[in-house]
Amino acid sequence: MSVATGGAKSRPRRTPGPADAGGPPRARPARPGRPTGGARRGGWTPWLYLAPALVVLAGLLVYPVYQLGLISVLDYTQAQVSGGEPTSFQGLGNYAELLGDPQFWNVLLATVVFAAACVLGTMTVGCALAVLLTRVRALPRLLLMLAALGAWATPAITGSTVWVFLFDPDFGPVNRVLGLGDFAWTYGRLSAFALVFFEVVWCSFPLVMVTTYAGIRAVPTEVVEAATLDGASVWRTWRSVLAPLLRPILIVVTIQSVIWDFKVFTQIYVMTGGGGIAKQNLVLNVYAYQKAFASSQYSLGSAIGVVMLLILLSVTLLYLKLLRRNGEEI
Amino acid sequence: MSAPASPPTSADAHAPVPGHRFRRRIRKPWRLAAECAAVLIALLVAFPLYWMVLSAFKPAGEIRSDRPVPWTLTPTLDSFRRVFAQQEFGRYFLNSLLVAGAVVLASALIAFLAATAVTRFRFRLRTTLLVLFLAAQMVPVEALTIPLFFLMRDVGALNSLLSLILPHLAFSLPFAIWMLRGFVKAVPEALEEQAFIDGASRTRFLWQILFPLVFPGLVATSVFSFISTWNDFLFAKSFIISATENSTLPMALLVFFDTETPDWGGVMAASTVMTLPVLVFFVCVHRRLVSGLGGAVK
Repeated sequence: MSVATGGAKSRPRRTPGPADAGGPPRARPARPGRPTGGARRGGWTPWLYLAPALVVLAGLLVYPVYQLGLISVLDYTQAQVSGGEPTSFQGLGNYAELLGDPQFWNVLLATVVFAAACVLGTMTVGCALAVLLTRVRALPRLLLMLAALGAWATPAITGSTVWVFLFDPDFGPVNRVLGLGDFAWTYGRLSAFALVFFEVVWCSFPLVMVTTYAGIRAVPTEVVEAATLDGASVWRTWRSVLAPLLRPILIVVTIQSVIWDFKVFTQIYVMTGGGGIAKQNLVLNVYAYQKAFASSQYSLGSAIGVVMLLILLSVTLLYLKLLRRNGEEI
Repeated sequence: MSAPASPPTSADAHAPVPGHRFRRRIRKPWRLAAECAAVLIALLVAFPLYWMVLSAFKPAGEIRSDRPVPWTLTPTLDSFRRVFAQQEFGRYFLNSLLVAGAVVLASALIAFLAATAVTRFRFRLRTTLLVLFLAAQMVPVEALTIPLFFLMRDVGALNSLLSLILPHLAFSLPFAIWMLRGFVKAVPEALEEQAFIDGASRTRFLWQILFPLVFPGLVATSVFSFISTWNDFLFAKSFIISATENSTLPMALLVFFDTETPDWGGVMAASTVMTLPVLVFFVCVHRRLVSGLGGAVK
């Protein structure tokens, strides 16, 4: 699929050496005892190498996830945190409270729609610019690449402050150029989301562009040439030739975008001042944070966290399924 | 482009290939239009960053003007002075650097070992582990702030830089392992066989042969750990509550931002200071990064 892996895969096959004698891993017979290729099995060695990673992940990822689940079924507020009252088991009470709250559904819907819009925007802009990159000479390509790298490298928080400033009703250049007067973007629900949307697309399209461009470059030129010779338009070439060829890469970046955009926190928090006027711009992540740290309802915050975790887990499963279908070996 | 077309234009003039001339003529303006579009888009994409740096150098009067102009004739360092005069800004900068540096080093080493284990060895649970590493990337960091807060409080790490380093280490590891896998895989196995035949021990092979070969991948991976750690403001906000001497840059930035009337000059100067290291880091390694992504996409 990509340049690097293609080479890596074919190399051992071409080298007639001891590696071939050992045979590729898949062909290893289920024979006990010492394997032929020295490093195939190292007994405890792989676990030794894995130990530091597993310790860190167990302590700081698995255990907190367990704690998250635990807190979500307890009654855990400021009183319990300070030790004033004992914690009590609530069962699914917190979830019931959450699901019965219309605000939760409102926020969930906003999160899904917003994430979908961001993914769509990011993919469209990224792919279109990747195709554009293949059609221009070196200098414009370099310029666009550098600009995209700059946007990519910008920390979410500084990106947010800069975009808010750009769209500032009093001193920002955007309203002047567009002739919007002192239209305040953060006042309306939609316009505030739109503002965050612009920033998110701006800082996340470069990954899609660079990856897709690398993918297109790996496609043999004759294929695209042939399509052009047959009179296919740019759009047609993309739809019928490039997109199917790039499917594996596109799946990876799409899923990656889904995950990132679903978890957007900093942009919303900074640009809309913690969730917007009257909480109109809340997304799940910010909602959970506000519930826990602003109103000390740690259990409800955790329950929201669990809901997010489940949604993202299903996205992950979908991702794995798609990868498998493409015949990827993990 | 089509190789046989490159020779002389005279052949073109006699036009033995009818479709060819037609395409030539149509292609030039198209390419020109595409190039103009590319340059325009590049300017548009770069504009926010340009505006940030510009505003950082503008005098206060020009920033608060109703008619902002995309240039300044009287650049000044006033905003930067204000930022650095703010209590311990330099210290925040160092803290940010320290946290990001520690995470980058630790995660690179740990991820290298783990990636070697899952690509160079076959053992039970290998696939399960890989799927877990993938799934771990999906865990919403922000949701875990709640249990992590209590965990840090219980081990007494709250308010210290350790409370920032540890969670970021955990969150950057799964992606780093997943990404490094491609690089470790790309090292031919024959090399490994050869090393053992030559009598190198496993440790020696790991550090003296594999490590240098995978180093470019480590750099690419480090970019991601560095950026995610450097950018973080949620943990900094939640875990460093009373010990402000241990705060990081985003907190200093928000001091200027979080008011009814933000000091835009200060915000932009602080943003510039915060963006610059990442930008430099990024541009330095972007070639490796792009090829590294090729490996990670796998």
